[in-house]
Amino acid sequence: MMIKFLQLLGKSTRASFTKLGRASFFLIQIVSGIASVLPRPRLLLKQMYSVGVLSFLIITISGLFVGMVLGLQGYYTLSDFGAEETLGVMVAASLVRELGPVVSALLFAGRAGSALTAEIGLMKATEQLSGMEMMAVDPIKRIISPRFLAGLLSMPLLAALFSAVGIIGGQLVGSGLLGVDEGAYWSQMQANIDFQDDIINGVLKSLVFGFVTSWIALFEGYDSIPTSEGVSRATTRTVVNSAFSILGLDFILTALMFGDD
Amino acid sequence: MQHTNTQDTLVGLFVAAGIAGLFFLSMQVSNLSSFTEHDSYTITARFENSGGLKVKSPVSAAGVKIGQVTGIRFDPKTYQSVVSLSIDVQYNNLPEDTTASIFTAGLLGEQYVSLEPGGSDDYLKNGGNIEITQSAIILEKAIGQFLFKSAEEKAEGKKK
Repeated sequence: MMIKFLQLLGKSTRASFTKLGRASFFLIQIVSGIASVLPRPRLLLKQMYSVGVLSFLIITISGLFVGMVLGLQGYYTLSDFGAEETLGVMVAASLVRELGPVVSALLFAGRAGSALTAEIGLMKATEQLSGMEMMAVDPIKRIISPRFLAGLLSMPLLAALFSAVGIIGGQLVGSGLLGVDEGAYWSQMQANIDFQDDIINGVLKSLVFGFVTSWIALFEGYDSIPTSEGVSRATTRTVVNSAFSILGLDFILTALMFGDD
Repeated sequence: MQHTNTQDTLVGLFVAAGIAGLFFLSMQVSNLSSFTEHDSYTITARFENSGGLKVKSPVSAAGVKIGQVTGIRFDPKTYQSVVSLSIDVQYNNLPEDTTASIFTAGLLGEQYVSLEPGGSDDYLKNGGNIEITQSAIILEKAIGQFLFKSAEEKAEGKKK
């Protein structure tokens, strides 16, 4: 009984380590494949369309609503202390530092990451990838790397859009509906949000999230069992693992970036 | 061909919107547009107590922001707080006998340094020192003194 348990533990540990190894090797291949994407921008452009442009709507609408909710909740809490004027700071700081990068990355994983996994997994199931190899076309360079680069580039843009739209949404609710002074909303924000500490760190966060989410999505697709069940499992794993890594990494990044204040 | 053209346009729009968002965040939301450090000069002021003043707190004259606090350190010889103020170079005509006080914006707001120009004909230069300062008002101290005083008055009233 005990031996069996130990065997099981060892097996799963070994399996997860080999998977990690495969994922790391895969990452090296992707990154070295990026160089061959650059002379062919059309490949990248097509992926930017399906990864970025098609996520545009969900990101902006979610951003608007998140900002509006922040404005509403922030107002109720801050008005207890007579500090409604700092609503702008609260909305902007929470969006730029945390919610912008994190929520847009979670949406990105759900919207674009799952699509990438399903696409690559189906390509594998229908043997398009091996077909390419037969024609001496490297599927990593042709299929994977452009998608990775598109995800990496789209993520910071989407996060910035999310934050910007959210701040405007907070202003709409805060000063349009609840009567916070519009000038105070913006000026307090400008006085307290630092370009280096807040904006740049937020962009860095979203770059990291874009990197990790695209990596996970592409790897899960590439590594999936080439059956319909395998692809569906891989898609689920993409969303779950991306969400875990985004939230876990966010904690680590926040501790590193905003720790010594 | 038509299809890829619309795709190109949409990607272009997306990238432009993303960059516009970033631009909006850096210009409208953060302090990038309001103050840049390289065109400023530094003066120091010594306070008995700098209270809750922080680095990056605003420095204002007549209510207008003219600079920011760039450093606060404790001087172990004089037991004073030495505050470095970075002032925008366009306000280089502050008289030498300017006084610096630490005030609080609102009851619970952040603390800032307020400069009140004196009447001297000589101006403060880079590395200059403000001689006359007024420390921060520590709210707990003020409340404590007030309570103590009113208790004392009550006790005296009873005696009479």
